[in-house]
Amino acid sequence: MQVLLETREIKSNAIKFLAPIVIILLALTAAACPLLWMRVNPLAAYTSIISGSCGDIYGISETLVKAVPLMLCGLAVAFPLTANRWNLGAEGQFIMGAFGASAVALSMPQLPGMILLPLMLIGGFAAGAFWGWIPGILNVRFNISEIIVSLMMNYIAVNWVSYLVYGPMRDRHAYSNFPFSPKFVQHAWLPRIIQGTRLHLGIVFAVLAAIILYVIIQKTRFGYEIRMVGANPRSARYGGIDTAKLVVLTMAAAGGIAALAGVGEVAALHHQLRRDIAVGYGYTAIPVAMLGKGHPLGILVSSLVFAALLVGGSNMQQDFGVPVALVSIIQALIVLFVVAGETLQKYRIRIVRGS
Amino acid sequence: MMRKLMLFCLIAGLTVSLIGTAASEEKTMKAAFVYISAVGDHGWSYAHDLARKYMEDSLGVETAYTENVFGPDIERVIRGYAQKGYDIIFTTSFEYMDPTIEVAADFPNIVFEHCSGFKTAENAGNYFGRIYQARYLSGLVAGKMTKSNIIGYVAAHPIPEVIRGINSFTKGVRETNPEAVVKVVWTGSWYDPAKEKEAALSLISADADVIAQHQDSPAAQEAAQDNNIYSIGYNTDMSHFAPDAHLTAPIWNWKTYYERIVDEVKSGTWTAESYWGGLGDGLVDISDFGPMVPQDVIDMVMDRRQEIIDGTFSVWPDTSDEELLSMNYFIEGVEGKIPE
Repeated sequence: MQVLLETREIKSNAIKFLAPIVIILLALTAAACPLLWMRVNPLAAYTSIISGSCGDIYGISETLVKAVPLMLCGLAVAFPLTANRWNLGAEGQFIMGAFGASAVALSMPQLPGMILLPLMLIGGFAAGAFWGWIPGILNVRFNISEIIVSLMMNYIAVNWVSYLVYGPMRDRHAYSNFPFSPKFVQHAWLPRIIQGTRLHLGIVFAVLAAIILYVIIQKTRFGYEIRMVGANPRSARYGGIDTAKLVVLTMAAAGGIAALAGVGEVAALHHQLRRDIAVGYGYTAIPVAMLGKGHPLGILVSSLVFAALLVGGSNMQQDFGVPVALVSIIQALIVLFVVAGETLQKYRIRIVRGS
Repeated sequence: MMRKLMLFCLIAGLTVSLIGTAASEEKTMKAAFVYISAVGDHGWSYAHDLARKYMEDSLGVETAYTENVFGPDIERVIRGYAQKGYDIIFTTSFEYMDPTIEVAADFPNIVFEHCSGFKTAENAGNYFGRIYQARYLSGLVAGKMTKSNIIGYVAAHPIPEVIRGINSFTKGVRETNPEAVVKVVWTGSWYDPAKEKEAALSLISADADVIAQHQDSPAAQEAAQDNNIYSIGYNTDMSHFAPDAHLTAPIWNWKTYYERIVDEVKSGTWTAESYWGGLGDGLVDISDFGPMVPQDVIDMVMDRRQEIIDGTFSVWPDTSDEELLSMNYFIEGVEGKIPE
């Protein structure tokens, strides 16, 4: 007996749009098993997820707060995918963005907010773009896998920020030597949109970034060339497209976008640089990008789904006292179903009996 | 279909919350705990969770907890419990200090208790324990048991709490063995079993024959067990992870303190304070000794323990609490560097 994967010939639009919904429903069905095993009623658990993530203004605001970094990091993974390049370095770029913004905020506190905040954005973007540029340039110059380089650079970024918060940037007064930077001055705080919630201006940047990327990819010559490089690098080259320049630009831009997420986290939530700003958004961004089919507007939706799962999952933990591992299992099941669903949409399984 | 499902969920949610409000008419006290690691860590959070279970089982308090809370999630989780109407919220990691104070300001009728920080508010107290006393006692044991005169110490973050522990431990070691040194390796993490084990192995390859730790998992204990050397645990009795290695462990016993807080909140006598309890309060102690520890060592350590409880002996006679709480230097006998 043989199991074969055959390319599907017909791809309907209906399937394309319904698939993610079906995938999530299937994943939730599968996730009911561990829930039942823990003696938690799955329907009650899912109710808790929904009410915790979008049951009231506060829940919605928290889901949006969570969605901002996922959105931006998801875009940072998806954008280079258009040029068939894998950016697994969103986590590191996110951290570098937080570093860039913190460095600006802490070194120029005397500047007024109107100038300081844009400078923080630029500083963060630049640091992240530099972090994305490195795997890009190494890829086009020396043909080194951008997958490995971007991934490995995450560890460098983590250790760089560790070094800073334990050393030069450590607040030696207010924190009794805990590895946090000093707090930013108040006018370096990114404004919050709704009073009494943590929802901040970052959500506007994230949505804008998605729309701008969509327009660039779909409507501009630059975007067309990127898609050409991704779809058929050889003919792109024959067509006179400067592949090297495009790849480097794309990777650097992606780095900058992920970095904006880091800027938002330190400028709006923590108001200081610390190690635990990095909670894996850059890695969660990969399934976010997959679930969003690499499409900027799809990522807006998929990041909301993931954010709701994270925030709602935490609420479920509070309501039922289930271990955190269960929340991770549910999320992992969704990722698993997404990956499997992706393959099954492209290929059909055929079992051939005998030989 | 999707719509119906959502509608159903909404209705289900409403029903559940209605039933919830109806049931809470007869008031049971509700306490929530926020943990930095999973309660299955057999360390820090596990020790707190033992006390939580005790509250639930013996004090009739309804409890809830959330594990693995850090970074951007801290404020949300604390605020979530406050909104759900918990009467007391215990936040048990240093990182939780600022968010605790911030949320406390918005919920003046809820009692907040933060562990290991230094800020207080009208309705937010902080509490911690003089675990350094127990560490000193475990150091006495380590000094007696080492043969290579090198003791390894797997340490989390270079902050006063940890440094104070290392120094106190070293004081104990040097008292029973002036030749011995304590080598420190930092992991930069409270809870990272793989890193903790690696750090322990690196110390073992540097000839350490006793491994002590300021970490929340028993990984370093297992490394000691695998390499046939001794170990000093932390947080709770970790002997079942390393039956042949585990000499003793400085341990936490939060029950007494949590019981007092519950009583005070119930009777309305609670006020925000900074509490730093020690051996005499039963908040910290050392666990039972392993079978390899000779009786004369046990007797010596238990005598010293009694002296500390009676107040006739102090680990740091010439150092004020303020200095202890901001300690940022190593004493003689420690080999390692505090990152600058």
